[in-house]
Amino acid sequence: MVEFTLPKNSRMKAGKIWPKPEGKDVRAVKIYRFDPDSGENPRVDTYFIDVKDCGPMVLDALIKIKTEIDPTLSFRRSCREGICGSCAMNIDGINTLACLYGIDEMKGDIKIYPLPHMPVVKDLIPDLTHFYAQHASIMPWLETKTNRPAKEWRQSITDRKKLDGLYECVMCACCSTSCPSYWWNGDRYLGPAALLHAYRWIIDSRDEATGERLDNLEDPFKLYRCHTIMNCTRSCPKGLNPAKAIAEVKKLMIARKV
Amino acid sequence: MRYQTDRQRVEGLGSAKDGTVEWWKQRVAAVALLPLVLLFIFPLLRAIGSDFDEVRAIYEHPVNAIIAILFFITIMSHLRQGLQEVIVDYVHGKAAMTTALLVNTMFTTLIGVTGVFSVAKIAFGG
Repeated sequence: MVEFTLPKNSRMKAGKIWPKPEGKDVRAVKIYRFDPDSGENPRVDTYFIDVKDCGPMVLDALIKIKTEIDPTLSFRRSCREGICGSCAMNIDGINTLACLYGIDEMKGDIKIYPLPHMPVVKDLIPDLTHFYAQHASIMPWLETKTNRPAKEWRQSITDRKKLDGLYECVMCACCSTSCPSYWWNGDRYLGPAALLHAYRWIIDSRDEATGERLDNLEDPFKLYRCHTIMNCTRSCPKGLNPAKAIAEVKKLMIARKV
Repeated sequence: MRYQTDRQRVEGLGSAKDGTVEWWKQRVAAVALLPLVLLFIFPLLRAIGSDFDEVRAIYEHPVNAIIAILFFITIMSHLRQGLQEVIVDYVHGKAAMTTALLVNTMFTTLIGVTGVFSVAKIAFGG
C-alpha cells in the first residue's frame, strides 16, 4: 500500500561498526538488522571481511560473518546451490539468491537487505506466509476428472517442453517482492511467482481444470494488477520469465472470449 | 485481531471473473489512437493561427469532423481507463478511492462530451 508516512519500525538508525581486520582485500558488508524483541527500529551494521579468506558467494560472506564475527545475525539458507530458494534477499539493490550471487559481481560496499516490502521476522528473514498461501490458492497440483490411468498420465515430448522455463521456479519470492504492483496491492494481487505457477498448470497437457484455473484468475486484482513492469523477469535468479507467463495467461483469457 | 487462516486472507471474496474485457479494450483503444492522433493533429495544425471562417471550414468537412469525434471518444475513454488503473494501484481506503474514481469518470466524460459537442456544433453549422 502506498503510504506517505512510513509505517512503524521503518526508519533506519545508524548501526554498529565492527572492527576492521588486517588483510589485503578487506571489504565492508552493510547488513540490515532488525530484532522485534528489542523494540528498537532497524539499523544497518557494518562488518568487514577479507574476501580473499572467504568463499566466492554472498552467502559465504554471510556464513563467515555469522560464524566468526556476530552469531546474532539471522538469515535463511539451506542448499547453497540455488535449488531451495531460502536465501533470497536484496543484495546490492536487486532481489536475488545469496548463494548464486558472487561477491566479485559488485563494486564497493556489499549491501544486504531483506526482500522489500515484506514484514520482517528478524534481520534478513521476511515473513512469506501470505506469499505461500497465494501459491496454494492457484492449486499447484495436477487436477484431473478422468479416471486415473493404470500407469502414468502420458505426455508427449512436445507438451513436456512447454513446462520448461516454468517448472524450475523454486518459490524464492525474488520476483514477487520486486514487483511494485505486488508492493502496493500484494494483499489481492497474486504476484508473478504464483501466476507463473498458475500458468505452469494451465498449459500442462494432462491437467483437466484449465477453465476452472482461468476462472479463478480472471480478476482485476488477482491477475490484472500486472502492468508488465518486468522487474520480476529482471530479478529472477533462475533466469525464468514470469512476465511472459503472465502475458500468456492474459492471451488465454482473450482466446476463450473471442 | 481476526482469526483468519492465511488461505482465507488470500481467497477473500473470490474471483470477480471480470477484467479481461476492460484490459482488452484498453489495448484496442491504444492501437486505434495511433492513426487517430495523427489524423487529428494534421487538420488541427492547419487550424492553428487561421481565422474563424477557415477553422469552421476545416471542421465542417465530414472526414475531419468524424475523425475529431472518434478521437475525443477514444482518447477520453482510454484516459478514463488508464487513470482508473493508476487510482486502483495507488489510492487505498474506500472513501478516497471511490471519490477519485467518481471524479475521474466525471472529468473524462465531461471533456469528451465537450469535445464531441464542439465539433458537432461546427460540423452542423451552429
